[in-house]
Amino acid sequence: MTLALPAASSSSSWRQPSILPGFGLSLGITISALSLVVLIPLAALFLKAASAGPADIWAIIASPRTQAALRLSFGAAAFSAIVNAIFGLIIAWVLVRYRFPGRRLLDAAVDLPFALPTAVAGISLAAIYAPNGWIGSLLAPFDIKVAYTPLGVMVALIFIGLPFVVRTVQPVLEEADIETEEAAALLGASRLRTIFRVILPGIVPALLTGFVLAFARAVGEYGSVIFIAGNVPMVSEIAPLLIVIRLEQFDYAGASVVAMIMLIVSFSLILAINAIQAWSRGRLGHV
Amino acid sequence: MSETRLHEAGPIPVYRTDRALRDSIWIKALLLTLALTFLAFFLFLPLVSVFVEASRKGYEAFAEAVTEPDALSAIRLTLLVAAIAVPFNVIVGIAAAWAIAKFNFRGKSLLISFIDLPFSVSPVISGLVYVLLFGAQGFLGPWLKANGIEIIFALPGLVLATVFVTFPFVARELIPHMQALGSSDEEAALTLGASPWRTFFTITLPNVKWSLFYGVLLCNARAMGEFGAVTVVSGRIRGVTTTMPLHVEILYNEYNSVAAFAVASLLAGLALVTLTLKTYLEWHYADAIAATKRH
Amino acid sequence: MSVAVTVESIQKTFANFAALRGVSLDVQPGELVALLGPSGSGKTTLLRLVAGLEQADGGRVLFDETDTRQLSLRDRRIGFVFQHYALFKHMNVASNIAFGLKARPRAERPSRSEIDQRVSDLMELVQLKGLERRFPVQLSGGQRQRVALARALAIEPRVLLLDEPFGALDAKVRKDLRSWLRDLHRRTGHTTLFVTHDQEEALELADRVAILNEGRLEQVGSPDDVYDHPATPFVCEFLGEANKLPVKVVGSQAFFGDRPVLGGLQQNQGGPASLYVRPQHLRIVDEAPLSLPGVVEDLRRNGAVRRAEVAVQGLAKRLDVDLASQVAPARGERIRLRISHGSLFAAA
Repeated sequence: MTLALPAASSSSSWRQPSILPGFGLSLGITISALSLVVLIPLAALFLKAASAGPADIWAIIASPRTQAALRLSFGAAAFSAIVNAIFGLIIAWVLVRYRFPGRRLLDAAVDLPFALPTAVAGISLAAIYAPNGWIGSLLAPFDIKVAYTPLGVMVALIFIGLPFVVRTVQPVLEEADIETEEAAALLGASRLRTIFRVILPGIVPALLTGFVLAFARAVGEYGSVIFIAGNVPMVSEIAPLLIVIRLEQFDYAGASVVAMIMLIVSFSLILAINAIQAWSRGRLGHV
Repeated sequence: MSETRLHEAGPIPVYRTDRALRDSIWIKALLLTLALTFLAFFLFLPLVSVFVEASRKGYEAFAEAVTEPDALSAIRLTLLVAAIAVPFNVIVGIAAAWAIAKFNFRGKSLLISFIDLPFSVSPVISGLVYVLLFGAQGFLGPWLKANGIEIIFALPGLVLATVFVTFPFVARELIPHMQALGSSDEEAALTLGASPWRTFFTITLPNVKWSLFYGVLLCNARAMGEFGAVTVVSGRIRGVTTTMPLHVEILYNEYNSVAAFAVASLLAGLALVTLTLKTYLEWHYADAIAATKRH
Repeated sequence: MSVAVTVESIQKTFANFAALRGVSLDVQPGELVALLGPSGSGKTTLLRLVAGLEQADGGRVLFDETDTRQLSLRDRRIGFVFQHYALFKHMNVASNIAFGLKARPRAERPSRSEIDQRVSDLMELVQLKGLERRFPVQLSGGQRQRVALARALAIEPRVLLLDEPFGALDAKVRKDLRSWLRDLHRRTGHTTLFVTHDQEEALELADRVAILNEGRLEQVGSPDDVYDHPATPFVCEFLGEANKLPVKVVGSQAFFGDRPVLGGLQQNQGGPASLYVRPQHLRIVDEAPLSLPGVVEDLRRNGAVRRAEVAVQGLAKRLDVDLASQVAPARGERIRLRISHGSLFAAA
């Protein structure tokens, strides 16, 4: 970062003058902390990854184990984000539109994955989806194994991504104009037509945003996954675990390159969210 | 006159017009069942199982698991890390919110994106970057070693990784709230002759206290529960650099399930307290808390 | 195409709040009727009941002879324009207008080209040609209003219902749209009910005005009727301005104090009463048997006319007097006022 700490001069042209004090101090603290804690360390990662040289970078990316880990991480994240988009939409709908006892409790409970430490989630999911666990034992007769398989990875990722779609769709549904639904009904639309032609198109941007947030979170998730995944290389080993393993082998370059790929994808996802929201604002007048 | 016409009409087939306006009872039942089943499988059962597994061998086993020296030192370390990381993020968060909400300057939206950045970085990578900087083979490793400074596999590394992961929480809650409040209160105080610090402590801070508390709550929950980032920088020296989540992992990998769940139940309890307080704040101070609930 | 609407002793209660307490109203085919009242008077509830968006607790609504309770929302064929338009934000103008036609069951649905033609005709009718591909967020308030109207007209409604059609628009656009709507109604002839809290709007637009207060119908009549012959004190005070004088009726004369102020009364109910007099119905006279002495306290401008505030002994509130073409008195001048027209209501 080359942004110099600004002196508190109101004459500088890059900011609007204000009579409030503390601009220099507050911005100084912010940029210093941000640089030291976040930006410089992230830059170190890119530097390290780049220092490996193109041939080595390519060798790391192309190695079957890296490929398998990335495929699993992105594939499972995509699958779980789709599941979360569908059920998150249903949950948000139920929470906003229906009145039933326990609704507020349910509403609060949706945030549990934000509050519960991932390691705790990981061991409890592993326990109940294990072949002798509460749910695992129900599935065992059908020869469905969840824990210690890629399916287990998805279960963990569904858990941690669950609140994202609900919490992005819910406010949009709450603000949705009931009158547009009434207008549709008066114009002769059936309830189904109103839902699919009037209500759902209005929340597509929020749904997409929630989907991308859940996906981004799931791609990088570590704690809740490793306990239930089984962590078999090439089968149920996720990319963040591969980074940890490479690190434990002191293969810093290997760890950095995998990390860099994941970061690039994450940053692209942020840009995607911004694009969705900009599009939505221009078209619908809201996010 | 109209009364008699009403009676003449007699019973007529009444069309339920709300069928086109509202979901039918069947759709309601279906969606409610789907939502509840999904939440039961993915939220309630995992949560309940933590406490059930923890109490599997009775109270004695539970008490022993959470009072043995390694567990106690993990608890102490977790509290210590949070006690450093959270105040740090509070100060930076307030500074960032002040600069962003009260002033207009070029590059502001870029700054906001940078502050949000840690949310979209894998926790493992959050730890990795410090290993690359401060680890034995990191950029500064040799220099640190020569001067006898330990960061990785020690408390400073744990704190740094935790600060990174929880960096956006406080700022994220404060920025929208302070933006919504505007600057007129502060301007009034200043024109009345209050000093800048007095203005800040008697006007600004009381105005945003609930969203600040909300941010601290979420920041603290994440700081105490963080796993991926601290895994990488901890080195897992039992009783020395293991926080509670790491201690849970060690116990679990030793097949000491009851002890693992016992310590985990403490963390789950923390999560429940956090959720309860968070919900309480959302119900009672909805206006004072940013609409962005997602984290 | 147009249909008479009959509202029969409709009652509606929300939670503990009685929104409508037995309202009956007949609307003739092709008529333009305003539902006028202050907020909370039940006018919007009545409109929503006619539309079928609410269900009455008692009474019923008929379209011609048909009890609307037998009709689905689709079969009611109501053209409803919401106060905030309720346009479909994710659809462009043309799709908004075509929505009702495309929502018809396949057997009744017009062909694509017919729908396109109809949309095009309606765009012309509401003077929005060329804006077919715009989205609602890209339109001005007045344009959105007209899209909402075109969308409602597309389904060839039996009855057109407008909820505060100009409520969300600024004053200038309001005035333009008002005369435009009047013109449109003349051309299309839809039976139309519209809700407004703006008396000027109701009087200017409507064939008949129905005045609601606290869930009851106070009066229904032509604009001249309700303005010149208000049936209740509420109507008198709600429509335009009125000075209120406590009087006593003896024989054919009304007395303010011991002074006769109005004569030739038909109704021979003696006793205390309230006399409502509009500012333009007070004239300054030199000397008259039936007149009220007062002192000009203030003079000011009130739109097109000058207005005098006249203090009268025994009356706490000053009388407002419009000075149309009369010679303006000076401030402090003693004058006499004659009541040319007033409404008399027995004191409750």
